[in-house]
Amino acid sequence: MFYREAGDFKTSYRDDGQTFPIRLDRWGYYAILAVAFLVVPLVIDSYWANAVLVPFLIYAIAAIGLNILTGYAGQVSLGTGGFMAVGAYAVYKLMTAFPGVPIVIHVLLAGAITAVVGMLFGLPSLRIKGFYLAVATLAAQFFLVWLFNKVPWFYNYSASGQINAPERTMFGWAVTGPATTASAKYLVCLCFAVALAWVARNLTRGSVGRKWMAIRDMDIAAEIIGVNPLTAKLSAFAVSSFFVGIAGALLFAVYLGAAEASEAFGINKSFLILFMVIIGGLGSIFGSFAGAAFLVLLPVFLKNVLVAQFGWPTDLAAHIELMIVGALIVFFLIVEPHGLARLWALTKEKLRLWPFPH
Amino acid sequence: MEFLYASEILLNGLMAGVMYSLVALGFVLIYKASGVFNYAQGVMALFAAMTLVGIMEGRVPFAHLINATFGVHVSSFGWTVPGLFAIALTALIMVGLAIAIEKLVLKHLVGQEPIILFMATIGLAWFLEGLGDVMWGADVKVLDVGLPQGISETVETATNNWLGYGFFIDRLDIWATLIAAVLVAALVGFSQYTKQGRAMRAVADDHQAALSVGISLRFIWIMVWSIAGFVALVAGIMWGTKSGVQFSLSLIALKALPVLMLGGFTSIPGAIVGGLIIGMGEKLFEYFVGPMVGGATENWFAYVLALLFLVFRPQGLFGERIIERV
Repeated sequence: MFYREAGDFKTSYRDDGQTFPIRLDRWGYYAILAVAFLVVPLVIDSYWANAVLVPFLIYAIAAIGLNILTGYAGQVSLGTGGFMAVGAYAVYKLMTAFPGVPIVIHVLLAGAITAVVGMLFGLPSLRIKGFYLAVATLAAQFFLVWLFNKVPWFYNYSASGQINAPERTMFGWAVTGPATTASAKYLVCLCFAVALAWVARNLTRGSVGRKWMAIRDMDIAAEIIGVNPLTAKLSAFAVSSFFVGIAGALLFAVYLGAAEASEAFGINKSFLILFMVIIGGLGSIFGSFAGAAFLVLLPVFLKNVLVAQFGWPTDLAAHIELMIVGALIVFFLIVEPHGLARLWALTKEKLRLWPFPH
Repeated sequence: MEFLYASEILLNGLMAGVMYSLVALGFVLIYKASGVFNYAQGVMALFAAMTLVGIMEGRVPFAHLINATFGVHVSSFGWTVPGLFAIALTALIMVGLAIAIEKLVLKHLVGQEPIILFMATIGLAWFLEGLGDVMWGADVKVLDVGLPQGISETVETATNNWLGYGFFIDRLDIWATLIAAVLVAALVGFSQYTKQGRAMRAVADDHQAALSVGISLRFIWIMVWSIAGFVALVAGIMWGTKSGVQFSLSLIALKALPVLMLGGFTSIPGAIVGGLIIGMGEKLFEYFVGPMVGGATENWFAYVLALLFLVFRPQGLFGERIIERV
């Protein structure tokens, strides 16, 4: 009833191969985009921006990045936090070294630098696989965070060892620094998230994405049918790190404003983003958004219910959150390994046939 | 003098390595018998140590939660439990935990890829960490089951008379080394010479074949996770006595991972040798190279060493050769 395909004719291969083949679905996405770009910036206040929407968009970018590596190319990485730190420190160095250049270029360059670092740490993936590789990526996590803490050049010899985002403007609006408005923060992150999601969606649909998936499903067989594992794996690491680097740059420059490597980009951040990918759905762009939304909203929800309603202490709520997230991870891995994205797809299937059960 | 100081560091590193090996052993046991790479091993050590302190001090479990829900103020029963009895009780709880994990998690994940199982144990680690905190509170706890602590004066005077330089060695480290050695010997003996141990190795070799000769897979898994829980308890006691029972204790699991990568996931001797190499290597690296690069190299040295090593020998020192077929 809701998802009717009747009358939804396609007369060319182009139509047949589009991202959202159902017309209603497509319009739904356009409507969401229109609301996100035109309505939300007008009504957003700083609580919604700082507690929900900006972290959601930034983590969604990071989750897409990790999903490309883990969900599409099958290389599990626990070094996401370290790569986010690379993005953050790269954008910081660029912002302070070249103040005249627009911030968007800095963020993109920070992504490119992270891509190079990611490829470097991705090199061992040619020899080692599975959880040997997962553990090996921890080397990136610990080494990079240590490096940013210990080498004063990275934090411009500041006394506190922190990095602070200087104020930079775009079209006359402050987008970093303390003067930034909620809607400016939100719009910058939204533009990046939408553009990167579009890039990721089309990359994974094309020949590059299919090579990644071939490597994921069976790497030796993929090699035999002519996929070069070297280029496939390294491109997955590069693209993934590019996304993660941009997420790290935005997290530091736009969202936090100040950061310290071991606090903001510790191992827990790596796990958090891995959990977003698992709960959202491995190998799905929509799933990255769903997982990020879920794990950003869960603490806010628990805080509102447990702390504000029941009057429980904050630390207890935090511990219960740990339990819930842990249990959910196990639950999703057992019951629905394709995560929220699969649940949403099933709902759509049902809605297409509703009210008929079969 | 320089040389003697370096050898003191080496010795301390070796004993730290024994502690890493102890945690790594828990990993190897579970991996060998069920192909599960158990990331939660470190949190299990933390959980065991927390439970042990909780029982010894007679704390009320979930006191925090009960207080918040019912608005009361309960904290402890008002009794204390002697160390050995508390250890036995904790061991029982760890067996219960093993059964619960098998029933709720592992049973449903049979035949999944190892990496899925690995991620499930990361989820398990978060859950257990939250559970431990809710049950016993997140405060730093002092654990004292009567193990000797402090600088060993006998060693210091002996080395002073003999070499003219007193070695500073913690008595707890010596005891930990001894206990770890006994535990390793017992585990090796168990897996080599008992019926259950042979069954365990059979399961490790081939699940299907083991099932077809009448070995109960589920019993073996519960047994192995119980043993891992017991090893976690021993590791938790050692590390808890040394540095207090707190969150950072669960991070020793992270230290045990490179130990395993170096030694090979499937090898008990590998875990021991790997632990010794890492413990020794990181202390010496910190001593010789640390001052040049700003210190705190212990955070990453083990990982980078393991990573570089794996590039040349992907199966680790003693691991089985990985053979792949299409």
